Amino acid sequence: MSGTVDVSPGQRERLPFEPLKQTNSVINEPPYVRWLLIATAVGFLALFLLLPLLSVFVEALRKGFGPYFESFADPETLAAIQLTVLAAAIAVPLNLVFGLCAAWAITKFEFRGKQFLITLIDLPFSVSPVVAGLIFVLIFGAQGWAQPFVGDHVGKVLFATPGIVLATVFVTFPFIARELIPLMQEQGTEDEQAALSLGATGWQTFTRVTLPNIKWALLYGVLLCNARAMGEFGAVSVVSGHIRGLTNTMPLHIEILYNEYQFVSAFAVASLLALLALVTLALKSFLEWRYADQLAATRRH
Amino acid sequence: MTATALPRPRRARRTLPGLTPTLGFTIFYLGLIVLIPLAGVFFRASGLGLDGIWKVISDERVLAALKLSFGAAAIAAVLNAVFGSIVAWVFVRYEFPGKRLLDAVIDLPFALPTAVAGIALTALYSESGWIGSVLAQAGIKVAYTPLGVIVAMTFIGLPFVVRTVEPVLKEVERDLEEAAATLGAHRLTTVLRVIAPAVFPSLVTGFALAFARAVGEYGSVIFIAGNFPMVSEIAPLLIIIKLEEFDYQGATAVAATMLVLSFLLLLAINLLQARARRKS
Repeated sequence: MSGTVDVSPGQRERLPFEPLKQTNSVINEPPYVRWLLIATAVGFLALFLLLPLLSVFVEALRKGFGPYFESFADPETLAAIQLTVLAAAIAVPLNLVFGLCAAWAITKFEFRGKQFLITLIDLPFSVSPVVAGLIFVLIFGAQGWAQPFVGDHVGKVLFATPGIVLATVFVTFPFIARELIPLMQEQGTEDEQAALSLGATGWQTFTRVTLPNIKWALLYGVLLCNARAMGEFGAVSVVSGHIRGLTNTMPLHIEILYNEYQFVSAFAVASLLALLALVTLALKSFLEWRYADQLAATRRH
Repeated sequence: MTATALPRPRRARRTLPGLTPTLGFTIFYLGLIVLIPLAGVFFRASGLGLDGIWKVISDERVLAALKLSFGAAAIAAVLNAVFGSIVAWVFVRYEFPGKRLLDAVIDLPFALPTAVAGIALTALYSESGWIGSVLAQAGIKVAYTPLGVIVAMTFIGLPFVVRTVEPVLKEVERDLEEAAATLGAHRLTTVLRVIAPAVFPSLVTGFALAFARAVGEYGSVIFIAGNFPMVSEIAPLLIIIKLEEFDYQGATAVAATMLVLSFLLLLAINLLQARARRKS
């Protein structure tokens, strides 16, 4: 090659002759191995991911669009959708405030026991959703220790909306914090130090420097938290009491419809949640593709 | 940052405001929502005493449920470790049509509600379903058997291995592979001796995460499991059954056992991983 070397956009400009390595046969597998591996991976993903996703929509539309849209006219379905939106509308902002506070404290300061604190924040991930529901039954149930205090002031918690909100908050607790912590750790504190030294107040520093730096990761965290909040089943199932039209969320309503053999209605409600999941994933892929540098490289769920 | 001779770098960091309110709120909220409620389970369980817990656990039906939950979760996690590594490898090393789309749907089990996954998998694997009808001809029944439990648990644990192995595999220096090849190593030897040790700790992490998630899984499993006592009944379902019978003590005993067992397993895996890190 003479003169300049073309570096394709995906290639980092480390060594000008790097592209040559890609064709180096000693560090590549023979084509038949390559295609066998690709076929295995694609087959596995098709079998376990694509087919289930597809079947939700196929089953929902099995009898055509008429019955599909009729499913949503049912007042109990509408009540379930309302309750689900309400629970997410309370749980997501609460966890958003917590996520921002936790990420700020953990990534901008040094203190003892930080790693332990991160482990504790992750705790709801490793607790079974059913156990998450159970802990609130033990607190607010008939023999629960908090019910005498709370009962006089708030009214019923268990088998009512407050219980559903609490269970949802617990299960989606770590999502936003988990999305922000690795990114803010990578970014460090230099930008904030600079803003402060130029005379910005703490709040100005946060809204004008930190927030713009983390906005895309924050958006994805909120979306994922929301998808999980609307889809939570096990924990909510334990605390809801399954009172139709009152304490049924969308996932619980799906279970009831399914057990009553109303498959089209069950899959129709399911398709709404599946669409929400697809939108969440599509936005995530878009953000990763467009703003890769502004999302944390190391992400764990 | 350039190392300007700051006597106490920690002091310099302190100039950022807001540690007290944010850390205060973090600990308050964490305690209120997670720690105090969770401690309640252990408080209740300690009221039962070890004898009381053992009495509940040693029941045949409870033992069978615990065995199924942990056993099926282990098999599902192994399946995910094997296929997840292949998927991660293919994503990092090869180009093929549809790769972007597949990469985007990997996270589907994180975003798709478990109940939706549950009814979709049941529809697929029941005897009239697309996959179930094919398998039925071969005499294999998946839905309403322990096999169905494994299928559902594989689904929900799928992203963990892929997403933990993928970034590490990307970092593996191709120079090392080349060096191994020039020294006469067979390609398979290179993969096993050079790449595998680098990736192994992340694979264990992914395995542990998938396993922990599968043990506690409820929503996606109960539809496909059929829930026959002693055969395809998982431990979380048993907790719900006990709660519906107002047997709070029984439910607490099973829950506490599950929590302790999964914490112990995660601890053991963490220790193994630390040892693997020290070796490499």
